[in-house]
Amino acid sequence: MSHNSVEKLVKMANQIGAFFGAQKASQSAAGMAEHLMKFWDPRMRALIIEHVAHGGTGLDPIALEAVKKLPPVK
Amino acid sequence: MTLIKETDYGTPESKSEKMITLTIDGKSVTVPEGTSIMRAAMESGTEIPKLCATDSIKAFGSCRLCVIEVEGRFGTPASCTTPVAPGISVKTQTPRLAAIRKGVMELYISDHPLDCLTCAANGDCELQDMAGAVGLRDVRYGYDGANHVFARNSGEANFDWKPKDESNPYFSYDPSKCIVCNRCVRACEEVQGTFALTISGRGFDSRVSAGMDEAFFESECVSCGACVQACPTATLTEKSVIAIGQPEHSEVTTCAYCGVGCTFKAEMRGEEVVRLVPWKDGKANHGHSCIKGRFAYGYAHHGDRITEPMIRETIDQPWRVVSWDEALDFATSRMKAVQEKYGRNSIGAISSSRCTNEETYLVQKLVRAGYGNNNIDTCARVCHSPTGYGLNQAFGTSAGTQDFDSVDDADVILVIGANPTDAHPVFGSRMKKRLREGAKLIVIDPRRIDLVRSPHIQSDYHLPLKPGTNVAMVTALAHVIVMEGLANETFIRSRCDWEEYQDWATFVSRPENSPEALAATLGVSAADVRGAARLYATGGNAAIYYGLGVTEHAQGSTAVMGIANLAMATGNLGRRGVGVNPLRGQNNVQGSCDMGSFPHELPGYQHISGDKARAVFEEDWGVKLDREPGLRIPSMFDSAIEGLFKGLYVQGEDILQSDPDTRHVSAALANMECVIVQDLFLVETANYAHVFLPGATFLEKDGTFTNAERRIQRIRKVMSPKNGYGDWEITQLLANRLGMNWTYTNPSEIMDEIARLTPSFSGVSFEKLDRDGSVQWPCNDEAPNGMPIMHVEGFARGKGKFVITEYVPTDEKVGPRFPLLLTTGRILSQYNVGAQTRRTENSRWHEEDLLEIHPHDAEERGVHDGDWLKVQSRAGETTLRAKVTDRVAPGVVYTTFHHPMTQANVITTDNSDWATNCPEYKVTAVQISTSNGPTEWQERYRELSETSRRIAGAVDAAE
Repeated sequence: MSHNSVEKLVKMANQIGAFFGAQKASQSAAGMAEHLMKFWDPRMRALIIEHVAHGGTGLDPIALEAVKKLPPVK
Repeated sequence: MTLIKETDYGTPESKSEKMITLTIDGKSVTVPEGTSIMRAAMESGTEIPKLCATDSIKAFGSCRLCVIEVEGRFGTPASCTTPVAPGISVKTQTPRLAAIRKGVMELYISDHPLDCLTCAANGDCELQDMAGAVGLRDVRYGYDGANHVFARNSGEANFDWKPKDESNPYFSYDPSKCIVCNRCVRACEEVQGTFALTISGRGFDSRVSAGMDEAFFESECVSCGACVQACPTATLTEKSVIAIGQPEHSEVTTCAYCGVGCTFKAEMRGEEVVRLVPWKDGKANHGHSCIKGRFAYGYAHHGDRITEPMIRETIDQPWRVVSWDEALDFATSRMKAVQEKYGRNSIGAISSSRCTNEETYLVQKLVRAGYGNNNIDTCARVCHSPTGYGLNQAFGTSAGTQDFDSVDDADVILVIGANPTDAHPVFGSRMKKRLREGAKLIVIDPRRIDLVRSPHIQSDYHLPLKPGTNVAMVTALAHVIVMEGLANETFIRSRCDWEEYQDWATFVSRPENSPEALAATLGVSAADVRGAARLYATGGNAAIYYGLGVTEHAQGSTAVMGIANLAMATGNLGRRGVGVNPLRGQNNVQGSCDMGSFPHELPGYQHISGDKARAVFEEDWGVKLDREPGLRIPSMFDSAIEGLFKGLYVQGEDILQSDPDTRHVSAALANMECVIVQDLFLVETANYAHVFLPGATFLEKDGTFTNAERRIQRIRKVMSPKNGYGDWEITQLLANRLGMNWTYTNPSEIMDEIARLTPSFSGVSFEKLDRDGSVQWPCNDEAPNGMPIMHVEGFARGKGKFVITEYVPTDEKVGPRFPLLLTTGRILSQYNVGAQTRRTENSRWHEEDLLEIHPHDAEERGVHDGDWLKVQSRAGETTLRAKVTDRVAPGVVYTTFHHPMTQANVITTDNSDWATNCPEYKVTAVQISTSNGPTEWQERYRELSETSRRIAGAVDAAE
């Protein structure tokens, strides 16, 4: 796992968070979590989940909340 | 097989619903009001002689050959310009009419060369046909002609005679054969809308003249071929017909260039293409064409085409030509070895938007069922993936809402981030026709595209926004619509989720979303934004057409949803003349997306995690499928750089040239252990390939393409594949080496499987397409003949969804180091990475990519027209020549990306759309400086290309 790759995922997650953060508050983190489940491959999800387990540096609050909603990757 | 000869009715069809009954030659005929007598006669089976009339253009009434007599009326009116009237009785042949026609023909022939036997139009000449039809037996005025026939008359130079103009590489203009029927001039105006041709001189001196009496190639002619098609003589003739002769059979097929999907008659002599002629019954093009589809098919025979498989152990070795068996075995064992060593998910494939639906379907099936993962993606990732995502969110289907014909009913046309006259030329001509009829036009584009102002076209609003601000623009337009009470609340209440609308309306109404507040961000005056919004909302039927200038941004998907919001808020959906229309880049972008080319979706946009959908495929294919989405193209590259992704099968895509951040892509490819490239040429990606499987052109295989209006159309094999196999056969050979036991003998069987597994395609079959010509999906029990206009009664998803589209500025910002914004686009004569068009004479129109720069920015940097410029971004640098023009705004520079040495994608960055990772091609912050020539990277790349394209000499004869 290279540093660069996680950095990229953090940037992507924050971009997604910016969209869902603008939607209705009740739906935003759940909406983002659903988006990640639908479109991110398991490796990307595993990397971001692990990153959050280590504190999730760089992630915006909504992205952080959404990643925490993700089920563990098998 | 025979030569398809379409009936020429002489004048266009009348759209009136009122029917008129009259008598022609004693026969009762009923036709729509407004139909010409000429057309009415033809519809009832009587062909009135004609020369200046043809049904693609309006009646002109100049040749006087089509005269008729109407009982009770004086004189002999022209049947092309005389409309039918109730109860009239028409005679098409009387002694008086015969004498008039003979006299007319005598005059024509008296000044026309009589070299019929050696004339290129021999066998396809309307003048010859008419001479026969009127019984011309003698010409009382002699055959010497005054000005058309001979270069010298009685030994004296004939200054009225004009030599041939051979300047256009595809057709020749021979003034000596011209009968001044004006058909070419009218076709250029009415059909193409370029107004490049005129008649110079008057009376006997009248001549067809391109531009200001220039050579065709030097004039503003766009080489669409409409004039050539309209010409009744050999005056304008395809050079291929001059070289080969008249065709003897033809097949209807579909163009393999842009997403318009024009259908053509491939006119053949044996297996040799004589010419491609646009098919009148083609629902996408109605008999029109552009320079690419009509003429640029020569790449199929270009010397660069590779027709034998090749392999190599490592990419620094020269290629070795091998048998198909050896190549396929090598490819298979390598892919297997990679999977054994690095795991099931270490390989994948990229399918092509240039290949057929059937071929794309097979590639994704190979990946899902054969490789056992979902690592399948397609080049739509880098163009219209935000369209799929955005429109699916808003409406419930990942596709445009209209057919092309719908534009005829549009009162306001809003073009955003698209350049139809260059990138979708045949539809661009349709649009221009509607604009000349009076429709209003709004253009939202950083660059002054041709539609903003060209002959007889003038946009009502051009909003030259800063690249990267589409979402702010769309929201500002919505602000005006909502705040000024222009929203169509009746439509919204009945068709959309009212609560979501209210949330959205509250959002767009915020003061920070007003045109005034956003004026500085957009770089467009608030008054113009307000004016455009009012026009869109109140001007009648309003249709939005958009392209990659919307999707290829960090907020591409948001912009698509914003566009959908505008259409829903104004009720511009669900009928003719309105809608949201994505203009697709490549011929089969729609189809490749439909066919399950995305890693998260099975064919028909069925999500891979859906147990029900997966079960249907699992049962049919007899394998267990992975329920997790696979890797997207950018993830494939990232994983490759990390050493996790090691094998890639690429069908018909040149990812190294077309994908952003070339250095990143090449590093990823170099890290792989098995790259299989299936293509026509050694494309840039092949520099990094271990296996090259030669592909087939669209002329060499059967299948279907799906165009931007969801129209499924056949392509038909007109010649044997030079490489031996259609691309679908090659995928099948690869699959069977993995033990998959596929037994398709014809692509129609693949379509049957698609229909069986995909609810929106269940009514599609080759048989239906052969019978009906084409069908627009969905095509199933609910819509047995397809659906030209979608969401008529309700949206596919139920209630239309308003999504809040907050503007988030891209990370790609200008600053002291990179003060200019680079945006990219296409040019008419070239197509995408140019692999095909650069290998045709089209390159004469566009020999290199140029950097457009505003005079102000140029002067600041001491740049002159034609100077070599270095363009630097944070990703890399390249050089190209300058074109100083005020088409671009100050602060913006623009280039095309058709030539590999330009390396435009060395400078584009890895920024991408938040939802789909579609690259942000349209915005790159750059600096420009003068330069002496190509950069070191370009030089090194040139060397690498040359080295990696080496093919080892002929194999030892003893082998």
